[in-house]
Amino acid sequence: MKKKTITLAQGNGGEENNELISKVFYKAFKNEILEQSEDAAVIHGGELAFSTDSFTVSPLFFAGADIGKLAVCGTCNDLAMMGAKPKYLTCSVIIEEGFELESLERIVESMQRELEINGAIVVSGDTKVVPRGSVDKIFINTTGIGEIIKKGISSNSITCDDVILVNRDIGCHGATIFVAREGMEMSSALESDCNSLYPQVKALLDANIAITAMRDATRGGAAAVLNEWAKQSDVCIEVEEEKIPVSDEVGGICEMLGFEATALANEGTFVLAVKKEDSDKAVEILKSFDVCAKASIIGSVTSMHPKKVILKSAWGTKRFLETPTGELLPRIC
Amino acid sequence: MMELSNLYDDFRNPDTIKAYASKITLLAKKLDREIGIMEVCGGHTHTIMKYGLPQLMPKNIDFIHGPGCPVCIMPKERIDHAYALAMQEDVILVTLGDMIKVPGSNESLQDARSKGADVRFVYSPLDTLKIALENPTKEVIFFAIGFETTTPMTAALLDLIIKKDIQNIKLHINHVTVPEVMTTLLVDSDNRSVKNRIDAFLGPSHVSVITGSKIYEPFALEYGKPVVVSGFEPVDVMQSIAMILEQLIENRSEVEIQYTRAVDRGGNKEAQKLIEKYFEKAPTFLWRGLGEVAHSSWKLKDVYNTYDAEVIYDAVLPKEQCMDHKLCLCGEILKGMAKPPQCTIFGKSCIPSNPIGSCMVSSEGACAAYYRYGNL
Repeated sequence: MKKKTITLAQGNGGEENNELISKVFYKAFKNEILEQSEDAAVIHGGELAFSTDSFTVSPLFFAGADIGKLAVCGTCNDLAMMGAKPKYLTCSVIIEEGFELESLERIVESMQRELEINGAIVVSGDTKVVPRGSVDKIFINTTGIGEIIKKGISSNSITCDDVILVNRDIGCHGATIFVAREGMEMSSALESDCNSLYPQVKALLDANIAITAMRDATRGGAAAVLNEWAKQSDVCIEVEEEKIPVSDEVGGICEMLGFEATALANEGTFVLAVKKEDSDKAVEILKSFDVCAKASIIGSVTSMHPKKVILKSAWGTKRFLETPTGELLPRIC
Repeated sequence: MMELSNLYDDFRNPDTIKAYASKITLLAKKLDREIGIMEVCGGHTHTIMKYGLPQLMPKNIDFIHGPGCPVCIMPKERIDHAYALAMQEDVILVTLGDMIKVPGSNESLQDARSKGADVRFVYSPLDTLKIALENPTKEVIFFAIGFETTTPMTAALLDLIIKKDIQNIKLHINHVTVPEVMTTLLVDSDNRSVKNRIDAFLGPSHVSVITGSKIYEPFALEYGKPVVVSGFEPVDVMQSIAMILEQLIENRSEVEIQYTRAVDRGGNKEAQKLIEKYFEKAPTFLWRGLGEVAHSSWKLKDVYNTYDAEVIYDAVLPKEQCMDHKLCLCGEILKGMAKPPQCTIFGKSCIPSNPIGSCMVSSEGACAAYYRYGNL
């Protein structure tokens, strides 16, 4: 009998990743809270949101952000997606022997800046240094607790009364990292969307927008979020392709390499399900943020093909939008 | 400023697409029979399914998805070669994109990598040079795949290896050619017609940039099948379908070029010379789903044996034959005699993450395209 080994595709945020999680982790840790499959667990009688995330990005510094900013945004955004105000974070770092102190200081400063934006503090931490080669430069884990200011936000509650929005143009983070990692020689204004989402969420909640669900479209991109929602809420999500905001830079990289912008990772982009009557107002509020100039309603919720996402073209054809699979690999000809 | 989007926006213009849909509907009415149009190239299959073009076709026009995806048609025997090479000590195996996830008789290159093999994918075969220079103590093997489109790049790589006297790059050649396999879809080895539903061909475009459109002339002249060499955008494909229907209505069978912005009759002469310098036709190549096809692939000329990984590593390359799965309908699908959903294992035991038949292997295969985009 062959020994099975873990492949890179099983960490893609898409189908293989989901399978690994459900067959290994959910199987072992099974409990009601975990099975809600939300961005952050809702605990303590619905008052607190609780989430953890590890950061292994390469390169550590990239256009628009670095691993430190990412490590704070990632966890705080997961909390914000549950309608929570990020409050307390832990910070664990695993550092490779030989890592430059100056880089570490840059990373930590960048974490502190982002914590201030969220109004959160680091209250506990851990530092490990491991021999050269045991990790690649530095890995960071953050865990966070947030205070829920709007209860009941859930990816399991979406109905046909909701419409689907995104807060900005999609795919910038995935495209930026890909270009940086492959050392592609192209000059462009492209930079990661890495950003704290709590200020945007707070503005929406302050205006009493009827938000059903929010999810930040990290690994697996918008396509993964929409598919998770369709399955969790047993609905069909119909998206109009031309309404999905994609920048020229991201669109161009997708053209050259055969990617779909909807499958590219984001770190400051979230999808919202909002009650129809509040959707225009939600777009207006989002657009008051500089980075959200392209906020848009992208689709509706129907009962056409439950558990499926349909992408509609401007010339009247339709197709399923699937959960991304495999590694991020280009088509070859 | 010129944006990349300027290059494709017009070719995805909704009004133009709709106008061609109306035109095709009118033309199809003049043909009082079912018409099967084969898009040979996997890139076209992808375009057709991604943009939902079958939904714009009248009832009597049907797309038949051809064998033009180099990853899909790669037999497990060759993937087993790649796997065996990757598992050798001090070898870096380099290949192009999708190849990494395709399982051979046992496992895929992605599995080999997770077991410690050094497997890398590149965008250009010439990137292999950089890997070889950075790893002088390793043997770098380029597992070359693709149709006429990518063959010149492999030839260019060998050209540089020889000119720069680089010792640590070897090539494993799996380059296949289009016309021979198109012929096997129409006639058997005794030149007798085989059962198929192909009335016309949408000619591959990137292949034709290299070869020129002349390679399709026998299909129009001898077999009476119209061929239109088409671009990859939805407007290109819609216009090409209209051109094919006009030929059929007027009882013509010619080779026409829709993709005039990149293709002419003669092709890229420099690229052709480079191929002829280093390669010769192999007697036969085993196509996954279609079996052996004579003279349908290239091999390195014998004088370049010292660069040929298949010769050098002969002792470690597996020789076992792998049978195609009994229930798999890929052969029938490629001839237009069956559609993916008619296959009993489609979407059940045969899925993109665990493909059984060739057409499920890459996103350019017919079954994978049906699975991914649905046939709404």
